[in-house]
Amino acid sequence: MWNHSFRDEKDTSGCAISGIMSETGKRFSSDLIMRSIANMRERSNGLGGGFAAYGIYPHNPDDYALHIMFDQPSAQEVTWQYLKSNCEIIGEEPIPTRPSEAIKSRPLLHRYFVKAGALLKERYYEENEDDLIVRIVMHINRFIDGAFVLSSGKNMGIFKGVGYPEDVGRFFRLEEHKAYLWLAHGRFPTNTTGWWGGAHPFGLLDWAVVHNGEISSYGINRRYLENFSYFCALRTDTEVITYLFDLLMRKHKLALEITACILAPPFWSQIQRKGHDEKKLITALRMVYGGALLNGPFSVLVGNSKGMIGLNDRTKLRPMIAARKNDMIYIASEESAIRTVCPSPDILWHAEGGIPIIGQLKEKSCA
Amino acid sequence: MKRIYAREAYCLGCRLCEINCMVKHSRSKKIIKAFRKERDILQPSLQVENSGLLSFAVQCRHCDDAPCIDACITGAMHRDSKTGAVVCDESRCAGCWSCIMVCPAGAIRRGKERKVASKCDLCVAEKMPVCVANCPNEALVYEER
Amino acid sequence: MRKWLVQPEFDITRDQERCIQCQVCVRQCANDVHEYDDEDGVVCSENAGCVGCHRCATLCPTGAVKINQSKLDFRPNAYWTPSIIRNVYKQSEGGGILLSSMGNDRPFRNYWDMMVLNASQVTNPSIDPLREPMELTTYLGRKPDRIEVEKSGNGFSLKTKLAPQLHLEIPIMFSAMSYGSISLNAATALARAAMEMGTFANSGEGGLHWSLHPYAENMIVQVASGRFGVNAEYLNRSAAVEIKIGQGAKPGIGGHLPGEKVDASISETRMIPEGTDALSPAPHHDIYSIEDLRQLILALKEVTQNTKPVSVKIAAVHNVAAIASGCVHAGADIVAIDGFRGGTGAAPTMIRDNVGIPTELALAAVDERLRKEGIRNRASLVVAGGFRCSADIVKAIALGADAVYIATSALVAMGCHLCQKCYTGKCNWGIATQDPYLMKRLNPDVATRRLINLLRSWELEIKEMLGGMGVNAIESLRGNREHLRGVGLDQTELETLGIKPAGMGA
Repeated sequence: MWNHSFRDEKDTSGCAISGIMSETGKRFSSDLIMRSIANMRERSNGLGGGFAAYGIYPHNPDDYALHIMFDQPSAQEVTWQYLKSNCEIIGEEPIPTRPSEAIKSRPLLHRYFVKAGALLKERYYEENEDDLIVRIVMHINRFIDGAFVLSSGKNMGIFKGVGYPEDVGRFFRLEEHKAYLWLAHGRFPTNTTGWWGGAHPFGLLDWAVVHNGEISSYGINRRYLENFSYFCALRTDTEVITYLFDLLMRKHKLALEITACILAPPFWSQIQRKGHDEKKLITALRMVYGGALLNGPFSVLVGNSKGMIGLNDRTKLRPMIAARKNDMIYIASEESAIRTVCPSPDILWHAEGGIPIIGQLKEKSCA
Repeated sequence: MKRIYAREAYCLGCRLCEINCMVKHSRSKKIIKAFRKERDILQPSLQVENSGLLSFAVQCRHCDDAPCIDACITGAMHRDSKTGAVVCDESRCAGCWSCIMVCPAGAIRRGKERKVASKCDLCVAEKMPVCVANCPNEALVYEER
Repeated sequence: MRKWLVQPEFDITRDQERCIQCQVCVRQCANDVHEYDDEDGVVCSENAGCVGCHRCATLCPTGAVKINQSKLDFRPNAYWTPSIIRNVYKQSEGGGILLSSMGNDRPFRNYWDMMVLNASQVTNPSIDPLREPMELTTYLGRKPDRIEVEKSGNGFSLKTKLAPQLHLEIPIMFSAMSYGSISLNAATALARAAMEMGTFANSGEGGLHWSLHPYAENMIVQVASGRFGVNAEYLNRSAAVEIKIGQGAKPGIGGHLPGEKVDASISETRMIPEGTDALSPAPHHDIYSIEDLRQLILALKEVTQNTKPVSVKIAAVHNVAAIASGCVHAGADIVAIDGFRGGTGAAPTMIRDNVGIPTELALAAVDERLRKEGIRNRASLVVAGGFRCSADIVKAIALGADAVYIATSALVAMGCHLCQKCYTGKCNWGIATQDPYLMKRLNPDVATRRLINLLRSWELEIKEMLGGMGVNAIESLRGNREHLRGVGLDQTELETLGIKPAGMGA
């Protein structure tokens, strides 16, 4: 009925992504995102679903909220000891959930509000607090068996698991939260079997990434990131996307347009036709950041505390539609997922390959 | 018009041009049969000249002002209207050898089979003369100059 | 004294039904193997001189001549093979070092044929290179870890200054073959083909002949231990400068051009007397340690005003990873690694066949080592040594190479039949000779065309394979070992190569 996306006849339904944001920072309930992602149920197969929400902890806006899952209590014990010696613990509690028929064999889910501890700060005095938290997350993921960090940002959280996204959302009692930016994902995995940590979104610090696609350059992206001490514990493509955004935007301090140009650069034949300075710049970016080029079809939504970015691969092999109405911006895999929550947007358009769609927080109301 | 030109830098003196010319103008057109049965009457229309390291194939230049056409007493030697090549109509050739005597390139010979003048005809029925097509080092070229 | 023990290695059979006594074979054999007997009116052949180059068989218009391995069979012996026995005979009769040419011909394990490539299906579409862009553009040179960008007008402009880079349209270059080991016609064809295809040819250690100066923008000039032809002009007349520390065919020893091949032209280009053997010493006598190498690299950069990348070519030996790392730290912008299948104009057979390690393993080890040290971007990695087809090249790039050097395949494309007698200077195909009569056999126009055809065919095949893997830019294959799987390799080999066994998924 609606005008569907490009070339999805090649996919076996693929995955589903959706993102909704209020650019004025006005927090709203999970109802919109739940309806949006539920509309795309056919795109998933029930082996993964998840949400990222920004602005959900207004009472602890400056603490890092670590959402961690554990296979068994011993893993939780070991993690707790580790956190106690490396962090200043502000608070900790189980993540509120409700029993659900649709969600089977769940891990233990806990959240910790922390700051980097004095000992850690002293030991790695040249690193800033973000780097120290990354260090803690990498340690838990790599070295503590049975423990996995779902999210590690300030005033945000990732809720994900094995099940249809709307079921996962109900399991996590998302209706109790309000956020100014919601991301959602429904999974149809083909490369890895369903496990809780493998669902999307994937997060590090306040980055959250949901992804529909397959990165054929994964092998080199992963090795490239290892040069910069990012270790990919999972075997999913989303992990490298998240780390690449963190590396390029946070550590190398490159603007978003430059980052998009590195991840999904124009073709050499297009570069040849650009002006002298632009040609020189893009050539240099491709030369230096070849290992960061994301090849293969992808449709990705990246969230951080300042906003949301939608990006398609440069040959536009996966769908992405965006819309705006008043202060709200919607980005999703299908037009119906937008129209079901926003029947008459001010504008609606299809993303162009390699050109990012940007939703930006205009006021600092929820930081 | 297109003519055959030899590039002496690339001529190896292998004489495969002579062999291919002979086969093309033989009766059987098959190399082994021709060399076995027609050896005595085979004659190439071009000849590889060599001296020391230098070698190249010499054949009729199909001159614009061909002296052989002027010298021919029967009108057998004429210019083919399609290709511009100078050819001998053997049915009219008397075998007087006037053409052989006037040719500045020494490119005409006495026919071995019958008493007629024998010379290069630019392989009129082919896209490219067989000597050019079969030179292993592309020392012969067929082009306008 | 006649060398009785050394018997002919090839048998020449002439089918008398097909031979037309045209004598093309007589005229074309540089070893005077065929002869026309005027009296009897037949062509006859002497097996003794035949080297198996197929010149006669190729040009014979009736296909009457056939060359086979000598039918003088030994009793089957898997250990004392005929070639090993013959080597002993040669040495007992001759009393010298066995010389050979081209690359290692022994049956060592061939890893290219034990790795297989991926293709996308269902979840990830493969890409059709005839309809979609498929990018092979490659830049070789030192690259920084990151780029600094500044705002400029409505957009951005580049702030970081980049080191000089070589721009390649395809990730294949012609490896070093010195003018002297190959003829001028061959060297010209390589330079021309490189220019046409937007890539580079390496001059080798023979200097750059004046007629090749117009191709300087596509030439990488070599500074080898003999420093033949090296002066400031030579260095600046190039796209890049390469310091040759070693080569895969003969690690640890220097170059050798027999005096027979040093004619007036070679003498002028190399700046040595005519007729003298051109022996390059084993080490550079001013590079006895890694810091000396650094000094030379800096000197070369100074002479070329830092406008050209400096490459260091090393042979693949046991600690190649550490040596490569040292070269990168010493300032090399490109490190070229030559594996033990690399070819040569002349080398002692024992060294050619027994010294050095396979290209595949060396490449995997160096790439991994440089990444572990965090210096992989500081130098581009070029590998050489036995690339026979485009699949080998794709696998090399997947293992981590930025580009490859080809030599043996280029010579074969021009007509070489791998008879391994280049050191005699009597190359029947006009490639590895300075004899003016034999040199004519290689028409540079024809040779250039053949080289361009080879590179174009491989370019198309590489694009097809990339498209099959769902990749449309070569940066995404480079070092991406996920696209390789091993078949029939043991655990250690899989680990050294850094690849998984076939059957294992993501």
